[in-house]
Amino acid sequence: MSNQSYTVIFYIFAAITVCSAAFVVFTRNIIYSAFSLLFTFFGIAALYVFLSADFIAVTQVVVYVGGILVLLLFGVMFTNNIMNPGEKTEVINIIPGVFLLIGVISATLYAFYTDDSWVKTGNLFQGSVVERIGFETMSRYVLPFEMSSILLLAALIGAAFLARFDKTEN
Amino acid sequence: MDIQQLSIISIYHYLTISALLLGLGIFAVITRRNAIVILMGVELILNAANINFLAFSKYNGGMEGVMFSLFIIVIAAAEAAIALAIIINIYKLFKSVDVSRIDTMKE
Repeated sequence: MSNQSYTVIFYIFAAITVCSAAFVVFTRNIIYSAFSLLFTFFGIAALYVFLSADFIAVTQVVVYVGGILVLLLFGVMFTNNIMNPGEKTEVINIIPGVFLLIGVISATLYAFYTDDSWVKTGNLFQGSVVERIGFETMSRYVLPFEMSSILLLAALIGAAFLARFDKTEN
Repeated sequence: MDIQQLSIISIYHYLTISALLLGLGIFAVITRRNAIVILMGVELILNAANINFLAFSKYNGGMEGVMFSLFIIVIAAAEAAIALAIIINIYKLFKSVDVSRIDTMKE
């Protein structure tokens, strides 16, 4: 693939990601924002492929789109009246929110673009990352790996405990 | 910044995207009243952090960012499950997920 088309595809995916994220935030209809989040997650997965982290991209699609987004859609449909699809959600703190939005974006961009002493460009890594993730998981990061499995077990039990049907109520 | 700089994908492109996602996520957390949209904003913030980790990992040649982003995805999944369980409990109790109306810890 030539460098030109690589750049064009990158900009297309970046535009999809940022525009759909903006739609998630600015639309008042909660169903629309849930479905727009789908495009944001796919765009971010494509950006991960550009960052040569293909395994992370696949994990992103499986976990976020297959898990978290389905959970969020379940929550939306559980807590909203589906018979009334034009339901709008209200907003508060719109003025401080806009100030914070502009402030955070401009402050981070200013920090990124004015001071480049923290950018250490070593050797770019190329190719697939799957084999190295396997090695790192089983050697340097074996303790966080096991701890994350315990965390997931605790989250599973905790979520089932919190959301269960309480028989004593009725 | 001329067109030559824009046409070569550098670390600044990824940092810009992640800054935009971070700002939008914080905006959602601050302004929305629906707890589920706040959760979506948190997911946007976590994804912005993930993009940053992977960008620095790519342009530095190390594996630390990749492993961190993997663990962030794990924790985001756990966080979403627990938060949805809490939101469903709140909905049972208050018949609403409007966070500005939830002002008691017990009914």
